[in-house]
Parts: sequence; structure tokens; C-alpha cells
Amino acid sequence: MEEVDVEPVVTKIPAVSDGKHMGFAWGPGDILVYETLHKASGCSFIHEVRKDEDIYSPILRKLFNESHHIFVGLQTIREDLPSKSRKPQFVSISKNYRSVIRACMEELQQVAVCSVLSQVSILLAIELIWNLCEVLFIDAAPAGSLLLHLLDWVRLHKADVDEKARDVLQSDSPAEHRDYWDVVMSYVLQGRLDEARQMLMKQATLQPAARNMYKVMDTLLSKMPFFNPSGTQTLTEFDVKWRHWHEEVDRCLQDNSFASNKHLEIICKLLLGDEDTLLEHKELLGTWYHFLVTRLLFCHPTVKPAELHYYAQSCMTMFLDSRSVPEPLDSILLAAFEFDIHQVIKDCSIALNNWWFVAHLTDLLDHCKLLQSHNLHFGSNLREFLLLEYAAGLFTHHSLWQLAVDYFDHCPEFGRVYLELQIERVPLDTERKALKVLRICEQRQMSEQVRSICKIMAMRALRNNRLGSALSWSIRAKDAAFATLISERFLQDYCTRGTFSDLDLIDNLGPAMLLSDRLTFLGKYREFHKLYEEKRFTEAAKLLLSLMTAKIAPRSFWMTLLTDALPLLEQKEEEDIEVTKVELLRLALARNLAMAIVKEGTVGT
Amino acid sequence: MESINAKYVSQKISKTRWRPISHSFLQQPDIFATGSWDNEHNKISFWSIGSHGSSAMEDEFEGEPQLSCEQKHDGDVLDLQKISIAQQWARAHRYPCDNAPCTGVVCSSPEIVTVGEDGRIIVFRADQEGVVRVIENADSSTIHAVTYLRTTEILTVNSIGQLKLWDFRQQSNSPSQILSLSGDRVPLHCVDRHPNQQHIVATGGQDGMLCVWDVRQGNTPFSLMEAHSAEMWEVHFHPTNPDHLFTCSEDGSLLHWETSSHSEMPSFLQGGRNSSMMSRSAMAPAGGNQSLINAWLSGDSSKGRLETSHMLPSQTLSVNSLDVLEQCLVCGTDGEAIFVNRQVPV
Repeated sequence: MEEVDVEPVVTKIPAVSDGKHMGFAWGPGDILVYETLHKASGCSFIHEVRKDEDIYSPILRKLFNESHHIFVGLQTIREDLPSKSRKPQFVSISKNYRSVIRACMEELQQVAVCSVLSQVSILLAIELIWNLCEVLFIDAAPAGSLLLHLLDWVRLHKADVDEKARDVLQSDSPAEHRDYWDVVMSYVLQGRLDEARQMLMKQATLQPAARNMYKVMDTLLSKMPFFNPSGTQTLTEFDVKWRHWHEEVDRCLQDNSFASNKHLEIICKLLLGDEDTLLEHKELLGTWYHFLVTRLLFCHPTVKPAELHYYAQSCMTMFLDSRSVPEPLDSILLAAFEFDIHQVIKDCSIALNNWWFVAHLTDLLDHCKLLQSHNLHFGSNLREFLLLEYAAGLFTHHSLWQLAVDYFDHCPEFGRVYLELQIERVPLDTERKALKVLRICEQRQMSEQVRSICKIMAMRALRNNRLGSALSWSIRAKDAAFATLISERFLQDYCTRGTFSDLDLIDNLGPAMLLSDRLTFLGKYREFHKLYEEKRFTEAAKLLLSLMTAKIAPRSFWMTLLTDALPLLEQKEEEDIEVTKVELLRLALARNLAMAIVKEGTVGT
Repeated sequence: MESINAKYVSQKISKTRWRPISHSFLQQPDIFATGSWDNEHNKISFWSIGSHGSSAMEDEFEGEPQLSCEQKHDGDVLDLQKISIAQQWARAHRYPCDNAPCTGVVCSSPEIVTVGEDGRIIVFRADQEGVVRVIENADSSTIHAVTYLRTTEILTVNSIGQLKLWDFRQQSNSPSQILSLSGDRVPLHCVDRHPNQQHIVATGGQDGMLCVWDVRQGNTPFSLMEAHSAEMWEVHFHPTNPDHLFTCSEDGSLLHWETSSHSEMPSFLQGGRNSSMMSRSAMAPAGGNQSLINAWLSGDSSKGRLETSHMLPSQTLSVNSLDVLEQCLVCGTDGEAIFVNRQVPV
């Protein structure tokens, strides 16, 4: 048994009194718990403990449905295309997933009930992690563009800057607003230098005396080089230019150009990437990864992917106080910066109560061929394991089970077995639902499940006296034994009542008649009755004879057939019928004799 | 295809219906109802979509359905019809020991006819509390759908592949006519009557075949067309332009069939995937004037023209229901999504 990664969480069952014993049974997505006493009767309640509440949230259901659609689309991307043309497809699929998460988040935020807030923050964290994984793993940007993508990432997740800026700009005198300098500095920290310049201009107009100073700052800000991935400049050329600019900023600081304006001096130091200044503005940065990206922007914009983790580790240590404990999110992000995909997946699996995120992310990464196939003990790989867990959880939901079917389809090793076991346990309340389940089984050639479902529905119909429905279910399953059972019921009905019920069914059996001997007999026997009613005695007699000789009549029916033969024997008709009548008589007598012998033989000895 | 709006609604949709509009105002339909199924608590929801040219709406939200109200419903919603008075007739459909699902309802104000898995046909009136008439044991198998043929006649389809005609003027409890396919008894799931020519009826079955019948003549369908690869759940003639037919199916597709009885080429449907479906006539038209025979009955793609196109952008889970009115089409799927198309080319 391996070591446990985290301590197990203790859940109190409120309805079970303290100190009592509990018995339990595992379900596919939950545990059933009951109070027991070793002697005497126990309590009459069973408690269901569920780990995953999310699948029952109506807004999150949209997440599951939309992501299912994206998932199915992803599986159909052709494998034989060169990876260069597939990468943009994968990136766009990743963006689709993220936009679905964001849409859910926005809807949840509108609901704004406190129970929903934790869901919102979880979705925020999920989207943050996914976005980072997209930048680092799927898009796999090289040095130069890497920083630009990271900048976008940070900007997307720090939306409060725009709100503050709006407040400032809408006030009467923006330059004197108390948040003014915060906004300017936030812009600088996020590398949004044009917007910073525009804001600064408002201050510049208020202080004409310091106009030169503002002009210098404006020039510095406008000349900061940003790498252009689609341009002709190489990374080295960019680096040279950047160093050149960096030195110029440093010179401005050294010769005290901004000494008289404390704010401008701070901005200058920020532009130089001075750690202490950056750390003084922790509240503006908010998070250690913002600190990391800003620091990289102003110290090392040509950072290579492999170097990221050094900076990440040191930034995290510097930003977080030694007292504060790193949260799960922090360690997940750190693992991502270290390019340790498996650690990211593992930590996310532990931190989240639902397999949705890890299953879909792993699947996407697997398609990008980023996961080393590392077989787990039970024979499947990581992707399949996570998908199976997710889908099995979906199957416990009364409605989302239909989505799970597609997930099982795309798990080559164990998907089919899981599906076979789960699909039989879907409760079938209406015929329509049964039809859908059947269609799923038939499309996958699960003949045993088809037979068993049809049998359940047919039995139910039979019990409710819906013989036609029962027959149509047995036809679908090609179940001869059941068809025989149904025909027996009809024949019994006839024997007791003397007439047939459900004539619309028996008269219109068609080729289904051939499914079972008994059914054929039933159809032909009814035909005999029809012929008799229409007074076509010749044909009726011939039919009756063939029924007797063909040996498909059940034993219990022989007497009835013989009785039916009697009136025919008395008909005064033409030639053929004489022959037939004699035959009938002979047969009847022979049978009677046989029965008599058997009876005599058994009595007495 | 750009005119299709999709909305995820967190419930599997079993039925959608437009609210009828009054033709005098030349409006486009803007309110539809949906019923859900397979939920612990099912409900009927009413949705409205914005009208064209509403300046208050942003472009991206134009046409997206907004929920206006909801109503709880016990059990899966299996059929919806528009009536102005709501009454509840509990336990109308039942088995000896259990309630049976009611699978179809149709109304021709003020009469309401329902059919169910118990093989019963029940007639109600909207203003009366009790049942007006019950036809017990109308069918030994499940009746899947019902539609009015004339004001006193209805048509039902059942799970042994029979189309039965019932005349309410007769007191007997047996159908006045039974039609069925020769060959396998494939269950029929849906039925719809041609809006103008009352003898023409279309049905859809479990194997996805679309059959068009002439109830006056003969016992077998006039034309059989392979439409879908799985159960066909609904078939609808367009109410004002019956050269167009719509079908939806378990295989996740919604097809738009267009036939033209004139010699001009029909305008090709824009977008989507076009394919001419194979069709075969079950039997030749029984003598008489060939030119008067409705194009649907001669479903041979060489004589009349039959064009089919998919209306949904990509494969989805089963499309359970559709409704079409004027130029607007709404459908609901098992993927918990509603699709609305406001520019159907009819």
C-alpha cells in the first residue's frame, strides 16, 4: 500500500449521534452510511455521503455539456496531420474550454449567493491554471514570445485595474483622485505603458513647471522595446536594444532627473526592475506570479522556458512572508513553471473535488503528445484513468449519464467494460428512455445488454398485460424464448375465454411470426379461425391438418385441435375434403389411441 | 448557418413548441415552450427571443432565448400542446397497478385527446372535469403519437408499426382502418398530417425511415425514404409551406426536406451539407392523373425533386424535438441545448 499524499478529510455525519457505530457501503460516486447497533434493531435511516456536489448545480451543468461537445470534437482531429498544423487547433480548443469556464463563472457571479462564491473562486483558479498550462505546454512559446504570453496571462487575471481606472477617469479631476498614482503604477507593472503615458499626461498638464521631467518620463516609457515575434528582428537584436534602453533608464535615475517627484522616481525604479521597490507595492501586485512576470519584464524579457522555475521559486519566496503557508494554488502554479505536468495534474486532483478539470486537461495534453506514457498499475494510462473516473462519476447523475457514454467510448482499454457494467443500471422509467439506452447498446454491439434490457421491458409489459408491447420488445431482442412465452399467454387466454384478445396484433404479425415456433402456431391457428369464419372449409381443413402434422402445436392444445376437427368431419363437401377428412380422422384416432395406451400404461403399475 | 443560436439550458429537452401567432399581424414567432425530461424535477419553461430590430439589445445577445417563466412538472414531459386553460386529469393513463406514461397529446379546441403506453385513447374537453370518452385497449402495444386527421378522426401510431385511424363518430372501440408496412414491424414514433391535403400523412420510425402515406388508398405507404440512422423522434410539415418537411432523430441530426412539384429547380439551400437522399416508391400511383399527385407521394428523386440538408452545424446528442413556424425553427437536444434558427429558407 502506498503512502497517502495528504491526510484524509474527516466528514461528520450530523444525523448519526456521537459515538455510535456506522456501517457503510461504497457506491460509484458516493457512500451509503447507516447507524448500527450490534444487538437489537438499528436506526431506520440511510445517509448518502457525496463528495461531488458540483454535478447537481444547474449552472455547472452547462460546463459539463459544453465541454462534452468540445471533447468529442477534439477526439476527431486527425492524427496524421503534421504537428505544425495541429498546434493551432489544439490552442483554439484550449481557448474554447477556457471560454466555457469563463461563461459559467460569469453566470455564477450574477447569481451572487454565498454558497456559490466558493464555486466562483474555484472556477477562477481553474481557469488561471488552465491558461498557464496553455501558454507553457500547449502553445509552448519560445523565449521572447514567452514573456508576452505571460503578460497577457497576468493582465487577464487582474481585472480590478480597469475598474479603478474607470473610476479615476470618470471623476472630475482625475489627476487628483486618490487612486490616480495606483492606477499609473499598476499600468506600469503590467507593461501597459501607452495607457500609463496617457494617464501621466493628465498630471503633466496640472504641473507645467515640471513639464520637462514628465517629458523625460514620457520618452522613456515610449521607447521601451517589446519583442515582436512576427517581425524580422531576432532575439539577440532585441536583447541589445533592450539593454540599451535599460541603461538609459538607469542613467536617468543616477543623475537624479526625477529626484523632485517621488512618484516618478518610483516609476523609474520599477522600470529598472528594482526588487525592493516592487516588493513595496505588494498590494498593487496582489500575487507572487504577478511579481514574477513584472520582474521578468523589467529584468529579463528574453527569459527562456527552462529558466522560468528559478525565477518562480525565488519570487514566490520573496513575495510570501515566511509566516504565510503556500496555498495549493501556489504549489500547482509553481509545478507548472517547473514544467512538471504530472505534478500539476496530481496536485489538482487532490485539491479539487471533481475530476472534470484534470480529465479534460490531461486529455488535451495527451493529444498534444506531452504526457509520457507511464503505465499505471492497473494497465491503463493516466489519461484513461482520469477520464474513466470522471465518466463514472457522471454516470451516477440521473441525467448526465448520456454524456458519460462518449467518454467511455474514447477510453480504448477499459471504456467498454465500464460502459457495459454501468448501462445496465440506468433506471428505465419510460419506454422512451429504454429506447435511447437500447440504441446506445446496439450501436456498440453490446448484445448481452440489449437482450437483458429488452427482457426487463418485455417482462414489465407482460405483467401489465400489454402483450403487443411485450412482443415488440422480444422482436427487437430477437428473443425466441420470450416470444414463446407471449404466445403461450395468448393461447391460454384463448383456452379460458374462447376468443382471442388483441386481434390487431395477431392478425398483423407479419414476418415476426417466424421468430418462434409457438408464435408461428399462434398466427396460423388464428388464420384457421378466420378461414372457418369465412366458410372456406377446404382451406381451413387443410390448414388444420398441416398444423397437426407439423408438430408445432403445444401438447396442451392437441385436444382443442381435435375438437376443432370434429365439425369439419361432419361437413358434406366435395372430393378433396373427403380425403382430408379421412386423414383427419385417422390422425385423430391414432392420437387418441396413443394417449389411451399411455394412460392405461401408467395407471396401476 | 450563422443564423443559428445555441443555448445551453441545464436540462435535457424532450419537447419544444412555438406559441401560435396570429397570422394577421405577420409577426415572427417569439415565444416557445420547452419541456424537460430525465431530471429529478422536470419543468416546462417558456422562453422569449428578442424581436428583430430591437435597438436595446446588443448584437451578440440578439436572438438568444431568455427564460420568462417556469412551471414544475411531475415526471418527464413527453408532449406539449398549446391550450388556454390548464387542468389536471390525474391518473388518466394507468396500468392495473401503476401509472402509465402518457406519450402523446393533441388538441383541437376544446377537445383534447391523449394516448399512452397503456394503449388507451382518452378524450377530454377543456371545460369539463371528467373524461369524455375512453377507448380501452385501443392497442395492445404502446401508442407513440397521435394527430388529428379531420375534426372527428384521429390517427395513432404504435410500436408494432401500425397506423390506425379512429373515427369518433362511431361508437365502436375499434379502429376504422389499419395501415402498416409489409415486412418488419418497425415501431413508429411520430406522425404528422399534411396541412392542406388531409389524406397525406408522414410517419417516422425506429429505423429512421420516413414514410409518406395516402390514407385513402391502400394499405401501404406511398414512399419510403431512408432519412436517419436511428429513431426518428419528430416529423413536421411546415404549416404554411408544405413543400417543406422537417425531421429530427436520435442520431443527432435535424433534416430539412424540400420538394418541388414544379419543373423549376429549387433554390439550393445555403450552407449546411447538401445531399440527395435515396428514396424508393413503395408502389406506383394507382392510375389516374399523375400531375395531380402530390410531390410527396412520388418521392422519387428523379421525378419531383427532393433536396435534403442538415440544419444543425455539427453532430450533437439526440435531437428530441423540433417545431417550425413561419421562418423560425426551434429544437431541443439531449445535450441540454436549444437551437433557434430564425432564417429558415422556406
